[in-house]
Order: sequence, then C-alpha cells, then structure tokens
Amino acid sequence: MIKIEKLYKHYKKNAALQGLDLHIHRGSFFGLLGPNGAGKTTTVKILTTLVRPDSGRAVINGFDVVKEPTSAKMQIGVVQQSINLDMELTAKENLFIHGLLYRMPYKAIKKAGEEMLSFVDLDSSADMPVKTFSGGMKRKLMIARALMHKPEVVFLDEPTAGLDAKTRRKLWIILRKINQNGATILLTTHYIEEAESLCSEVGIVDFGKLIALDTPKNLIQSAGHIVVDEMTEKEIKSHFFSSRKEASLFVERLKGSALVREANLEDVFLKLTGRRVSP
Amino acid sequence: MKGFFAVFLREMLIIRKRLFKMILSFSVSPLLYMVAFGLGLGRGLEVENVQYMVFLVPGLVAMSSMGQSFAISSEINISRFYWKIFEEFQAAPVSNLAIALGETLSGMVRGVMAASVIIVLAIVFGVRIHLSLYFWMSVLANTFIFSALAVNTSMLVRSHADQAMLSNFVITPMAFLCGTFFSLQSLPDWAYFVVQALPLTHTSGIIRAAALGNAMPWNHFFIALGFGIVFFVSSVLMVKRVEA
Repeated sequence: MIKIEKLYKHYKKNAALQGLDLHIHRGSFFGLLGPNGAGKTTTVKILTTLVRPDSGRAVINGFDVVKEPTSAKMQIGVVQQSINLDMELTAKENLFIHGLLYRMPYKAIKKAGEEMLSFVDLDSSADMPVKTFSGGMKRKLMIARALMHKPEVVFLDEPTAGLDAKTRRKLWIILRKINQNGATILLTTHYIEEAESLCSEVGIVDFGKLIALDTPKNLIQSAGHIVVDEMTEKEIKSHFFSSRKEASLFVERLKGSALVREANLEDVFLKLTGRRVSP
Repeated sequence: MKGFFAVFLREMLIIRKRLFKMILSFSVSPLLYMVAFGLGLGRGLEVENVQYMVFLVPGLVAMSSMGQSFAISSEINISRFYWKIFEEFQAAPVSNLAIALGETLSGMVRGVMAASVIIVLAIVFGVRIHLSLYFWMSVLANTFIFSALAVNTSMLVRSHADQAMLSNFVITPMAFLCGTFFSLQSLPDWAYFVVQALPLTHTSGIIRAAALGNAMPWNHFFIALGFGIVFFVSSVLMVKRVEA
C-alpha cells in the first residue's frame, strides 16, 4: 500500500531523512514513532506531496508521489499536525470546500458531509463557525474532512496533540473505526500509549532512518518484558530483563531505590537510541 | 475546474461573512480623498478640461481597486503562515493553475467591489462618470494585474511582515505617482518616462478615459493586459515553486 525506498531529504545543511525505507501493508494501522526532528513530519509531508524528496521513491497504492502527484493525492486523506481549518467558515462549509477540492460531485459532497459530521459526532454543530469549536471538536472536524472523499490511506500527523486525555481517548475510538472500515492508517505521535493502543505495527525513526519495525508487542518483547528504573542522584537509569525474577534479583543487589514495572514502547525507544520519545 | 472553484468559493464565503466591514473599510480612504482633495484642495480647479473632482474619481477607482486586489496577498499569507489552509490546497489534487486562478479571481472581485464603493460615493458627491463597457473592462484589467501580482508576491515572501514591506515599496508609490491624483502631463520628462514602466499608469489612464467618455487609448489597454498576462503566468509558476 505504501512503499518508501531510500528516501533522502535535507533542509539546507540539516538532514531530515537519510535513506528511509518502509513498507506499510494495506489495512494496517501503522505508527511512526520518533522524537522531535526524527523525520516523521517530513515523511508525511513527502507522502502527501507537500515536500519533494531529494532522492528516493515513495509510492502510495501504486502511484509515485513525485511522478504522479495528482493520482497519489486522490488516494490519501491528511490530518496535519497544525489545525488548518477555515475558522471563519462553518463546519459544513469547510467540508464542502474540501469536497470540491477533491473533485466530488455536489450531491456526493452533501451526503458525505452529513455522514462524516455524524461519524465524528459533530452533526449538531454543522452550521457553527469553526472558531467557536473546542480543540477536540476542531480535531474531529479535521478527521471528518480527511475522510470526505473516502481515501484508501489516511495520514494522521500527531492528531491528538494538545488534547486532554479524555478527548484523546474519544478520538482513538474514531480512529479505530476508520481502520476497521478498511482504510490504511499512518499515524505519527509522541504519545506512546496512543501507538500501543491503536497500532498494529510500529516503526521507530531516529535521525531520518528506520531503526526498528515490528508489532508493539514484539518490540516490547525484544527489549525485555520488565524494566527496573534505578534512581541515582543524577538520573533514572533503566535496566531491561526478560522475567520479573531476574529483575527482582537485580533490585536486591541495588543500593538506592528502584521501580520495577512492565516495559512499554518508550522503553524500546530508550533502549534503541538512548533518548526518550516524549519531548 | 472544481479545484479552481473551491479556491474561489472559499474566498467568496469569507467575503460574504465580512461584507459589511469590508465595504465600510473600502469607503474610508476614498471618502477622505474626496473631501480633502476634491472638495477642499481642488474646489474650483480644472484638470485636463474637467473639474478636479471629476478628474479625481477615476483615479480613486484605479487606486482603490489596485489596493484591494493586491490585498488578496494578505489573505493568502494569512492562510499560508497563520491558518495553514494553503497547505490544504497544496495537498489536494488541484493544479497550480487552479490555485493561481482561484486566488486571482478572488482578488479581482475585491477590486471590483472597491471600485463600486467609489462609484456610489461619487454619486453621493454629485459626480457622474460614464459606466460603459470600456470602463468595466479597464477596471477588470486593473484588478487582474494587481491580484495576479499579489499571488506572485504572496508566494515569494517568507513572512507576513515581508508582505507589508513589499506593499510599502511597490503599491504605495504607484498609488501616488501614476496619474491618480494629478495629470501626468505636469510631470517632468524623466519622471513621465519612469512612470510609464508602472502598470497603474496605463490602467489609471484607460479607466479615466472610459469614465470621462473619451476615446479609449487601446495601446495602454493592451500594455495593461500584457502586464496582467505576464504576472498571471508567473503566479502559476510561483505557486508551483512554493513548498509547505
């Protein structure tokens, strides 16, 4: 469904992508994880044809994003990191403009608009100006807009950034439904629990390269099930163990205090890169 | 065509929401010029064989329609740098031609609105001008030039502040030097030669000729059209050049 081969992109002297290779299968809910500046947003911008790569190839549903951008664009729906709605227009008007941009017939725009607003539970706010919406409502509307033209692939670039935990979880339900309805999803996020909860497959990028790719469960297993966070005076040092027994033996030998817990994707990232995903 | 219509419709919906405020703001400067220059400074004065107020009104039409057409650049910049809506256009299967055309036509609508406001104000002040087909063709040529130029500059700048600076260097001098407030015949030869290089000189000339019912100076009309075509073609290329 999405093929990325040896993708390179530089912004002046800064390398954003350094030979990224990635293959995302049809119907999967793929999470792209990485710290700020790892290359996640650049990857999404290239796949959505907003930025041209220096070299390499990206193909969506058989269409090369550089050589056949219009056909590639028809395959995708995009929820950008920043809220890019028309604040002065109503929710319905925002969707109508989007439908026209994606060459939908007028009747189909009206029908899809109503369906999508209902899908994200915004039907009662259809005629309200977007500037009166809460952050969560704006995000929902962006998702509805991205789905208007029934894309096969949906790119979600930090779709829950800045939202409270309750609203974020409500959005997860919507995102799961989109995937269950057959769309392939590429999600970039800083929230580890988001990737763990939603994604069937996770890729970890750092310095513009893919450094790990597997299911969240396998990635966690590969790092070690159990983590001991050793609290020293200067830092918290994490140690990985395949069983709780091994971890307990280690803790007994420690002089300071320690926390024993189950590993998560954040630990995987930490083990692979020595840095945390979260800013 | 739908892509172009989407871009155009978005701007029209915004205009609809701000219509009253826009008309009010379009009236302020021309009203002040009419009172200060037309009724005050120019009372009893004749320029090119007509009362100064009659001479002034077509100049104000040219100046104001230029300014408001060019103001589409601010709207584009706000959508590029602040609301990021331009990214939505770029991510959609819409050609660069459709984006440039949609924005250019939106700018033209704003310009025609500004011209209409001045015509209404002129009627209030008792000034009658010929609203012929040639007059509207000239106004459209003027708005086409400056909204196409606006699309160019809005793609060129890297921040909204740059745009304001460009307006100060390009639009403001043109507004005062290109025969809007005074007859170009009174300029020294070198200055007359310099202002011929500016598009507003030609459009203010054809707007005034049409408004006063004089013979249409077609050479100026085609020069203006040439400016418009060059700016429009380059605006399509500039939209292509911009990366989000």
